[in-house]
Amino acid sequence: MSVQHVPLGRLRTPFYERMVKLDTLNTWHEWKGYSTPDALYCAETEYFAIRNATAVFDLSPMTKYRITGPDSLAYLNRLVTRDMAKVKPGRVAYAVWCDDLGQVLDDGTIFHLREGEYRLCSQERHYDWLITSAIGFDVTVTEETADIAGLAVQGPTSYSVLSAMGLDGLGELKVFGLMHFDFEGTELMVSRTGFTGDLGYELWITADKAEALWDALFAAGQIFGIRAIGVHALEMSRVEAGYLAAYQDFLPAKATVRNGRTRSPLELGLEWLVDFKKPNFNGRRALAEEKRRGSTWRLVKLDIEGNKAAHHSYIYEKSKNNRKEIGFITSAVWSPICKQNIAIGTVKMPHGAPGSTVWVEIYYQREMHWNRAMAKAIVVDKPFWFPPRRSATPPGPY
Amino acid sequence: MTDKYDAIVVGGGHNGLVCSALLAKSGKSVLVLEANDQVGGAAITREFTDGYSVSACAHLLYQLQPSVRKDLKLKPQLVADDMTTIALDEDGKHIRLSGNSVTGVSDDDASSYRAFHKRMTRFAGLLNTYFNKAPPRLGPMDLSNLVLLGRLGLSVRLLGKKEMREFLRLIFMNIHDELVERFESPLLKGAVSLDAVLGTHLGPRSPNSILTYLYRLAGDCGRVALPAGGMGTVSDELAQVARSAGVTIRTGMPVKRIVIDNGRVAGVETESGERFDSMTVVSNADPKRTLLDLVGAQHIEARFTHRISNIRMRGNAAKLHLALDGLPTIAGLTQDDFAERLVIAPDEHYVERAFNPAKYGQSSPEPIVEMTFPSCRDASLAPSGKHVMSAIVQYAPYALKGGWTDAARREFEAATIRVIERYAPDIAKRITASELLTPADIESEFHITGGHWHHGELTMDQLMFVRPVSGAAQYRMPVDGLYLCGAGAHPGGGVSGAAGRNAARAILGREKAA
Repeated sequence: MSVQHVPLGRLRTPFYERMVKLDTLNTWHEWKGYSTPDALYCAETEYFAIRNATAVFDLSPMTKYRITGPDSLAYLNRLVTRDMAKVKPGRVAYAVWCDDLGQVLDDGTIFHLREGEYRLCSQERHYDWLITSAIGFDVTVTEETADIAGLAVQGPTSYSVLSAMGLDGLGELKVFGLMHFDFEGTELMVSRTGFTGDLGYELWITADKAEALWDALFAAGQIFGIRAIGVHALEMSRVEAGYLAAYQDFLPAKATVRNGRTRSPLELGLEWLVDFKKPNFNGRRALAEEKRRGSTWRLVKLDIEGNKAAHHSYIYEKSKNNRKEIGFITSAVWSPICKQNIAIGTVKMPHGAPGSTVWVEIYYQREMHWNRAMAKAIVVDKPFWFPPRRSATPPGPY
Repeated sequence: MTDKYDAIVVGGGHNGLVCSALLAKSGKSVLVLEANDQVGGAAITREFTDGYSVSACAHLLYQLQPSVRKDLKLKPQLVADDMTTIALDEDGKHIRLSGNSVTGVSDDDASSYRAFHKRMTRFAGLLNTYFNKAPPRLGPMDLSNLVLLGRLGLSVRLLGKKEMREFLRLIFMNIHDELVERFESPLLKGAVSLDAVLGTHLGPRSPNSILTYLYRLAGDCGRVALPAGGMGTVSDELAQVARSAGVTIRTGMPVKRIVIDNGRVAGVETESGERFDSMTVVSNADPKRTLLDLVGAQHIEARFTHRISNIRMRGNAAKLHLALDGLPTIAGLTQDDFAERLVIAPDEHYVERAFNPAKYGQSSPEPIVEMTFPSCRDASLAPSGKHVMSAIVQYAPYALKGGWTDAARREFEAATIRVIERYAPDIAKRITASELLTPADIESEFHITGGHWHHGELTMDQLMFVRPVSGAAQYRMPVDGLYLCGAGAHPGGGVSGAAGRNAARAILGREKAA
């Protein structure tokens, strides 16, 4: 193996050269070994590309594994908490997987590419866990993170952009569906998935065709307001959509050292993903026990009064007198599109039932001096941003 | 239809029989399904050639627990109950070990051995603290657990400061270092080394080989007994006791799978397609076979599966059975001496050198041997005037490089005979038939993964609180209704019956608690 020189110790994604050309800020950070931009122009402008036009986000650093073999379905069914038998070829499933104690290792998406052939896509690396889980199953797990380039194409005009690019038949694709297209002799996989809660797609292609894909996409998208974006804009939109981020809203169980710092799917509001009817899945015994005894934590989505984002705030039961601390905020943002001060947090059971009121202690700075405000917050159970266009099939020609 | 039982025991080995008998005595309806045509598992007597019978796998009884004997009112017929070990010397200057005494060595060695034996027996007694009960769990801090855990701590402390230090020094050590410090006789060092490593994947210089030695002593202070009619009679007696307690025993019924329904045990299905229902299934099979083959990885958690699949259980001990037209001659031995336990391990280096090739998947060109001529005490085993030899020969690694081909088997058997010939030059002439059981044969005949008679190495990381693996040391497996009662569970192998008894108590105790 030859040693490849990597500037700054960071890898470059297959789209790096294209992004650098558009970059005006030069603010990059590390994401799973790759350089990724915070923003390329301005996070707010990029955010509005997601909500009003089409935003393109390079998600190549996402970890990807190919899972094949006669036992691939049985294997995945033991791995994740939901019933994968219901996920037919051409469908995608959001899924969560747990350790033996029913604590979340990570969440991610599983693409049923073809009969018995899957791709698991996640934030964290899981090769050790996946091969450990493979004992007793006839499956092959292949790491393909570097081989497959991925682009999120998100926003109301995304369907129009992709249609203009020549992807015929995409109109029939439902949310969480996937289709294969030919792109210059190479297979291009398009899934109707995303991390923004809006109409949008994700494009997957072998790394050698990445730049050609980018060029075709931007050529087609010019009149639809296409714009490359960085992580900050995406982060705003994912909180609006109510999606969880590992290391922010929960810690992968393997990353914890202290007792009680892990979370079960039931504690993350993911009970709908846990299928106790299927014969077995990893963590089932522990989760059945938790369901019987009750969980310790609850994930809450909060609609907070005022306009100061509640970063890192404590959550209280009451605003004064014996105000008992019940939890903390894990993600917070002022939502430009909802015009709401929103957050995702964790509270101790039985607090935080949907519709209930809690109090959030917000610290903010005014010319170096710190101020503190107690803000009232309502626990909501729906995503903050959930437009009909997200799931309309066929999507509208915005 | 009466195909529903309170409990089904998979495998009629001695532990399975003990467990089933105790469950039946408590009023349970119990079915034992044994794959072979004969119960007893690795404790059976069978004919290997016309007119000659031997204990086919385990051939000496040295750990049958008094508690098991008492609970089941067992009275095994023994033709010898405290055999002398004779460590053979090429020049006929053999040494004899019996209890705490050794003869044929210097006075210094003899008195050192007395002290050594006393101390080792005392330390072995500590291992015995939990021999007849489920080991405490290390997580939950409930009172009974703490008391149980405290007992071990207390026993260690009660040794006194000096002995406690000695215990803690020795427990992780290798036997070789201890022996070279204490003894001068190479033969004595060889014989003790052999006892420490027999049935393991260890050499005398491997860490943990003191622990395996202590384990050997833990059962019955190292007393070695020979049952009349071979080990099979012990199993037959157990089967008899089980049947009279109401246990249904069916032989020739290999279990194909343990049926799991909605996360709990529902019964078993045999190879022939018969289905038996029970909410409690007790497996006498080894942990790997039980969980990976009979239950299946899809029904158990991934990390647990990983731990089970990583249990070290690759056997190294082969069995050699010889039909002899007469006893061989060994210089310095009388006819009566052949009734004792004879070992070939001329010095501690010899034992280590025998182990060396096993590390690399090769068999020993000069193996260590534990020989018995049971027909000397029990004429029923061979035609009149003829004899049988039953020997454990080591090291014959299960995963032999190139596999156990006919050529490999011939080579190992010939190597063994060559070694025995150094002491008994006429042995080859006496042989009329022979049978070699490699660990691979032991696996297929007795259904023990890896052919490892302990169902897993007896090492620090696979003992007591973590036997077979952490999270399953109390006989209860992480599938509701599934229990383990064989040697793979605490305390381990040897025909002791302890695992079977402890498992039965765990099952009954759990019922009481529920």
